[in-house]
Amino acid sequence: MSLRLDKLGVVIALLVAYGTLVAPFATFRANRIVPGEAKSILAALPVGAGVVLLGLMVVAAAIILLKTPALLRLAAAAVSLGAIALFIGLTATYLTPPENTYARVSPASGFWVLLFANALLAADSITRLRPRPGVRVLLLLATLAGATAILVSGLWDGLSILKEYAGRADVFWLEAGRHVALALGSLFASVVVGLPLGILCHRVEPLRAGVLNTLNLIQTIPSIALFGILIAPLGWIAVNVPGAAAIGIRGIGAAPAFVALFLYSLLPVVANTVVGLAGVPREANEAARGIGMTDRQRLFGIELPLAMPVILTGIRIVLVQNIGLATIAALIGGGGFGVFVFQGIGQTAMDLVLLGAVPTVVLAFAAAIVLDALIEMNTPSQNRGRTA
Amino acid sequence: MRAWLPSLLRAALLAILLAFLVSPGWFEPLLKPLVQDNAPAIYNQGSLLTLTLLHLRTVAIATIAAIIVAVTLAILVTRPFGAEFLPLSRSLVNVGQTFPPVAVLALAVPALGFGEKPTLVALFLYGLLPIFENTLTGLTTLPPSVMEAARGAGMTDRQRLFRVELPLAMPVILAGVRLSVVISLATATIGSTVAAKTLGEVIIAGLQSNNIAFVLQGGLIVGALAVLIYDGLSAIEAVLARRAGL
Repeated sequence: MSLRLDKLGVVIALLVAYGTLVAPFATFRANRIVPGEAKSILAALPVGAGVVLLGLMVVAAAIILLKTPALLRLAAAAVSLGAIALFIGLTATYLTPPENTYARVSPASGFWVLLFANALLAADSITRLRPRPGVRVLLLLATLAGATAILVSGLWDGLSILKEYAGRADVFWLEAGRHVALALGSLFASVVVGLPLGILCHRVEPLRAGVLNTLNLIQTIPSIALFGILIAPLGWIAVNVPGAAAIGIRGIGAAPAFVALFLYSLLPVVANTVVGLAGVPREANEAARGIGMTDRQRLFGIELPLAMPVILTGIRIVLVQNIGLATIAALIGGGGFGVFVFQGIGQTAMDLVLLGAVPTVVLAFAAAIVLDALIEMNTPSQNRGRTA
Repeated sequence: MRAWLPSLLRAALLAILLAFLVSPGWFEPLLKPLVQDNAPAIYNQGSLLTLTLLHLRTVAIATIAAIIVAVTLAILVTRPFGAEFLPLSRSLVNVGQTFPPVAVLALAVPALGFGEKPTLVALFLYGLLPIFENTLTGLTTLPPSVMEAARGAGMTDRQRLFRVELPLAMPVILAGVRLSVVISLATATIGSTVAAKTLGEVIIAGLQSNNIAFVLQGGLIVGALAVLIYDGLSAIEAVLARRAGL
């Protein structure tokens, strides 16, 4: 271990120093919507705990600053993240006066800066270690398991975001289910329709430009407008098509949201299918024809498997985008995590906004990691570099 | 006939858009059937033209800021000095895209208050990603022979960057800018959920009063703007690409 400075480390160490020494770690508020009092690490934690956290950050900063092995840096990031997560829980118990149910303790800018700096460090050391896709998914699972363990242990229960949750646990899980159903359901529908459409566009040249241009046009309509515009035709269908209302088609609510997400999803799926199929090497197709494969065998045996990484990339774009866009469904009564975000904006209660925003980000992030791993596993090994 | 048809359609779209913005009253009969009884068919809580200009201004400010920051960052990480940041910046771009716009907007409110500022921040962050990614692609996929030739001709690092690398990467960078502008045009409407003055105001007013005509006109103006700006930037890109001899 030579004593040379790591350039990225300097940036991260500065962030850690700022988050530890300058920015407040937690905010204390007498109730949910009044402005809060910022507390530094030493003021927000019992004396011993505050010193421990400060010490940990100093050690971590030293490891980050120097050129150290990636594995050590990852360990430093993991320990720091764990410590920040544990100690923010402690601040809530320490700062809240006993028997006071109105007081709110929430993470302040210092906490978020430390979280960001350490996440950056973890991301950088993982990038340097270049783990196999399976290992990356395992790391994700381990992180999620850690967070779940803290949640279940009740350590975070004193934090404002969980106080918001405690008041509406039933609704939270209901909206979570709706959010996931919207995002995954529209993804599924767009693959079922988009994949054959993409194959058709690949085989029937004159169709290609028309279909892709139409789908491109749909993308230019802002999401809140598309959600709104669909209210009219779906309302009409609900009234005039027998049985439509019975299966849940209504002018407002989940149906227009589902259709809007489906329409937005079509372009990445169709376009990537076309690009993927066009990228299949001519020799592969000719060899397949040479050994007497039928068109159908060639499609399923040669073309689709070879185009799979590109098609999966399209699906990744769609899934991440849909998880984000599903928040907008709340504006037209479609449910999902957006319900909390918009309620929170309306009441200027940021804890409530966080209750909607944090799960959305976690969901999108997890989906991106899992699908990236899937894409890499489906990519032929010569393109995979060292991880092969 | 095929060659001039798209240009004609574009010109017609521009004419209709301008007519609608300047004198929305002309289009009232078209939108009237969509609203109930006495509800107004044309947005009446402000001028559509003003909102459109404010919308464009917000997008322009955010995009210019995003271009400056993203291109500078991409140049830095492709120089020998910043090479250590390259792998991380790639994964950051990937991660950044997973943050939903609504969440970014809502979380920027406590720091910046309601109105235009959180919208600018969200648009800036979203605008960064495509431009950064494309600039990176443009700068890292230059033909090695050209770079060799530039070095052989005795150009300094600085001359190479400004006379060879950036001009050659320009079409790819512009494609990123185009993507970023189209995303920002649509995302800016969401800014109106935190009280920014954009065309989203029209759409949200429509959603709240159950007025489809409002939703439709807000959405279609943004859509038309996006199509026209996208085409305009594509045309500039084609000219630049021809000049770069690609």
